[in-house]
Amino acid sequence: MNTITRMPTVASSSPGTAPVVQVVGLRKTYGSKVAVDDVSFEVARGEIVGILGQNGAGKTTTVEALAGLRTADGGTVRVLGHDPQRDPAPVRELLGVQLQESRLPAKLRVAEALRLYASFYADPRDPEELLTLLGLQDKRDTPYQKLSGGQKQRLSIALALVGNPQVAILDELTTGLDPQARRETWDLIEAVRDSGVTIVLVTHFMDEAERLCDRVVIIDDGRVIAQGTPGDLARGDHAGVTFRMRLPQPLDAALLVGIDSVTSMREVGRDLEVTGGATVLPDVIIALHSCGLVPEEVQTISPSLEDAFVALVGRPPQEDPS
Amino acid sequence: MTSQTLTPASSHTGTRGLSALITAELRLFLRDAGNVFFVVAFPTVLLIGMGLAIPGMREPITDLPEPWLGLRAVDLFVPLMLCVAAATAGLSTVPAYLASYRETGVLRRMATTPMRPQGVLFAQAVVQLAGVTAGGVLALAVGSLVFDAPMAQNPLLALVVFLLATASMFGIGVLIGGLAPKGATASGIGMLIYFPMLFLAGLWTPGPMMPDAVEAIATYTPLGAASQAMSEAWFGLGMPWVQLVVMLAWAVLMFTVAARTFRWEV
Repeated sequence: MNTITRMPTVASSSPGTAPVVQVVGLRKTYGSKVAVDDVSFEVARGEIVGILGQNGAGKTTTVEALAGLRTADGGTVRVLGHDPQRDPAPVRELLGVQLQESRLPAKLRVAEALRLYASFYADPRDPEELLTLLGLQDKRDTPYQKLSGGQKQRLSIALALVGNPQVAILDELTTGLDPQARRETWDLIEAVRDSGVTIVLVTHFMDEAERLCDRVVIIDDGRVIAQGTPGDLARGDHAGVTFRMRLPQPLDAALLVGIDSVTSMREVGRDLEVTGGATVLPDVIIALHSCGLVPEEVQTISPSLEDAFVALVGRPPQEDPS
Repeated sequence: MTSQTLTPASSHTGTRGLSALITAELRLFLRDAGNVFFVVAFPTVLLIGMGLAIPGMREPITDLPEPWLGLRAVDLFVPLMLCVAAATAGLSTVPAYLASYRETGVLRRMATTPMRPQGVLFAQAVVQLAGVTAGGVLALAVGSLVFDAPMAQNPLLALVVFLLATASMFGIGVLIGGLAPKGATASGIGMLIYFPMLFLAGLWTPGPMMPDAVEAIATYTPLGAASQAMSEAWFGLGMPWVQLVVMLAWAVLMFTVAARTFRWEV
């Protein structure tokens, strides 16, 4: 016999197609308050999946259950086949977590922090390589308290990656960052994914989810109310097209009402907004052209994930979920 | 290439990196000038201040029986400084560190790694014990070199008392640090306990100068017991069984309650 008996490691328990993260019917209550009612989703290897929801929707509790920081009241959670509740040790080796509002000791220096956290893992990444990847080489001897918000966030990401994880959870990654730092962070997350790390991104920024995520899971009041690609969710049920145009002279509305693909029209300031089927834009332009009219300006309006989110959740983003 | 190791990942979980953690905590401790002053230098500064500034501290005692006759007040303060060192760390830096590590999420972040957050407590205990020992040794050295004060007649007993005093003070510190919501709150609560403790340890009425009624109460407080036991170790009075048991009981009680009430998260 020259068969090698493998220990039950991750490699053998996830033969490529098995989900990296699997959550089924997760439930968590604090006293009488239901934080997570019924959450199920999966994350495949190499994906960036966004967990979206308002503050208090149950996002953070969900990822805390993934990280083994919370004991669920019901349902099952698997990370690379391991149960974070009952068998947390392998999960801690394989899952990197960047938690919301976790600071470091004020006087701990950047390179020290990375080397320290690297020492906790069996097979860590090279701290020097991470310093370069995150653009922190110049800050290696800077104490944590002297870093800018963006630098702190990058260090936090580096610490989530220093254990050489197969999955990284990034919670409210860009909250409090300026627009420039946010864009840099997004580029970085894509680079991290390209290096083979599966990413679960918790956010309440729709633009962030639209930009980064392959799929999003929208949680509201502790339940998953929608999931899919950002594009699919944004288009929603009405797979139509909306555009606005500015005409050189007022238009007889009857001209457009007669076109089959037009479903609605309204005036928006000096513009006319037209919504309709897939061919509505060429149909309208041709009809106008046949009357000798050429729009001065045409602007197509893409439905955004934010619109879809507001439609799904049923209230504006600022409203308190209670 | 990252090779998937065939050893179970859990074999070293919780202890791998512990020495690096202790080193890091030691560095952080030394970078904070306030810590270094209070834990390491304060007992010595107090001893020098009292020994040199207060009149009569270096005059031989004439109105007390043996073994006190002929000693000076400053001689009585030297062993007391070991108790002051233990109380200073246990009631100021220990609770402040633990509460702020929870407040800022250091413990929470640690909980997501193979290192357990308990490792931070252990590393802090090692570092603070080193600080207290340095503070105690420095005070003894200055007591001996500057004031020519006598050293312990029973050094082994003095060491046991020192360790028990430190354990009971750290127990109180961990209890406070485990419950106080913020580092600043923990320091405040620690200080509220610190000064009565110093009073009961005899900082204002060292050794035999403490009134009998106060002394009887002090025997059952952790630092009062420590101070009385340390006096006995120093001046060879006998075996302070009651005080040793009192300190041990406080240490066990405090750590037991702390283990049940310690909050790892905000």
